[in-house]
Amino acid sequence: MTTHAPQGAPPSGGKQSLNKTESNMVLTGVRSQRTVGDLFRRPETGALVGTVTVFIFFAIFGGAQFLTTGGVASWLNIASELALIALPVALLMIAGEFDLSVGSVVASSSVTLAVVSGVYGMPQIIGIIAALAVGALTGFVNGIIVARTNVPSFIVTLAMQFALAGLTLGLARVIAGSTSVPLTPDPVFKALFGTLINGQFEVAIFWAIGAAVVVVWILQMTRAGNWIFAIGGDSQSARAAGIPVPKVKIALFMSTAIGASLVGIIQTMLYNGAQTGSGQSFVFNSIVAVVVGGVLLTGGYGSVPGVILGCLTFAIVNQGIYYTGWNSDWAQLILGILLLVAVLMNNTFRRLALSGGGRKAASAAKGA
Amino acid sequence: MTTPLLTLSDVSKNFGTNQALSDISLEVNPGEVLCLLGDNGAGKSTLIKILSGVHKPSSGTVEVEGKPVVFDSPKAASDVGIATVHQYGGTFPLMSVARCFFVGHEPTKGVWPFKYFDKKAAGEITVREMQKLGITRVTDGSRLTGALSGGERQSLAIARAVYFGARVLILDEPTSALGVKQSTHVLRIIMHARAQGIAVVFVTHNVTHAMAVGDRFAVLIHGKKADDFRKGERTREQITDLMAGGEAMAELEAELAELTGPVQTTP
Repeated sequence: MTTHAPQGAPPSGGKQSLNKTESNMVLTGVRSQRTVGDLFRRPETGALVGTVTVFIFFAIFGGAQFLTTGGVASWLNIASELALIALPVALLMIAGEFDLSVGSVVASSSVTLAVVSGVYGMPQIIGIIAALAVGALTGFVNGIIVARTNVPSFIVTLAMQFALAGLTLGLARVIAGSTSVPLTPDPVFKALFGTLINGQFEVAIFWAIGAAVVVVWILQMTRAGNWIFAIGGDSQSARAAGIPVPKVKIALFMSTAIGASLVGIIQTMLYNGAQTGSGQSFVFNSIVAVVVGGVLLTGGYGSVPGVILGCLTFAIVNQGIYYTGWNSDWAQLILGILLLVAVLMNNTFRRLALSGGGRKAASAAKGA
Repeated sequence: MTTPLLTLSDVSKNFGTNQALSDISLEVNPGEVLCLLGDNGAGKSTLIKILSGVHKPSSGTVEVEGKPVVFDSPKAASDVGIATVHQYGGTFPLMSVARCFFVGHEPTKGVWPFKYFDKKAAGEITVREMQKLGITRVTDGSRLTGALSGGERQSLAIARAVYFGARVLILDEPTSALGVKQSTHVLRIIMHARAQGIAVVFVTHNVTHAMAVGDRFAVLIHGKKADDFRKGERTREQITDLMAGGEAMAELEAELAELTGPVQTTP
């Protein structure tokens, strides 16, 4: 009986092999040379082009102010907060799901922290844990509903976005009597979450770098990363290959919500209080950043460097407009055009990637 | 006489009042190719789903090496060594060949929390296993699977199943979407798996492909086993007639003959 253990290579089959060129060329040829063509086959190439383009654009039209430390800090701060949400959202999107509830999670976590530690006067560490728990619970509920009912995550998380926004607003009015809840941060937590380094750079930049390292490790280096790609590529086949699809999805929904909670905590510490309406812009901004960053909207493809570049691109446009002296209304127009161009460009690069060694494989290259 | 690797006895399946399969009995031995022939809707898919653990039979038994088994999930079936390869199933176009090969079985290195997916080993094993099956064009595990041809992707899926210890390989219409040359390649891989002592269940409606590699044949019509024979016991015409429903085909030929003149049949 020829039963092969996964680790031991089957010795029997090689004997009467069907081809002449066997072992020697295989072992030497495993790693072929990297070429310029390979660069264009990476998921983040389009995103890099986008970031460089908008940077040059605003460096020219934004004047000297845009390039000062203050200017750089303004878009780095925006990019960092966005990245904390966009990075887990990217993982989730690679696994083929959406999270539209991140906006309300930012607000609800922020309000939770301010209510627990501000209104009720509990230690701020309790408030922070409570805020993260609100995020974790929201993500868990999103995940379990999507995994159990097969209702599209678009709908489930949209419903959550509304429900949680209402709940936050309602409870804030009942408990704090206002939609704005003040909190005086402890120096330790102010330093950890909400301080401005050199008076300009948010400490969130370091949180974002940390998050990027963790997410790139998970996606590129772990088994879980391979599962995420497989689930987004073909959920049925992934399940057939023994991947615990529901567990992975629940974990991913929890990670997006915890990312949003972290941003909620950061904003509360930064602005000394919570607003029930804060954070709503993250819902679409995170999707723009992730898609501009080269993640396939239908799942199965994407990269962390791409998402970081997507966040930077978004933030440069968002802040750069103020340095041009033009009306900030134009930023939205630029972002809209950028989104469309980025998706078209990413489709082209993906088709190139699929063409591999030059042969056509257009059948698999469809979709945005 | 050895015990067959897989035995089906009087297996039936109904979905509500709809009888999809009735009293199917089959045997598959190691190193044998069983061809499951039948027109669309004959019950081939249902039978595959029972073998691969997706459905449970309504009645009848499935035995692996003489021991009765009930599969609660596709994983339970793959745990005893029954692997199913669908037309494009199990391959992910936007993942690298190596990532694709090891989905769900990733080799790791290091200690938690720094345990990582050993992509170098994965790439080397994938390339080696694919070369064994005659896919010489793939020399780099980081190639995207979507860049492979249909036949190569099919080969990747088969190589994967064999490498992870498949004893029974169920191939669901592996050649139906492929061109002539690619099909030949897949047929050669089937013979290769057979030579390794794997029991192959080859599901197809292409009689030519079935006759090229099959040791045993079973023809399904409307959920029933219409015929069951060994290599050389039937001619191609007999099989084709049977699959098309015999008499129905003769009637059609007569009808066509009135319209267009006699239908050419090989002597």
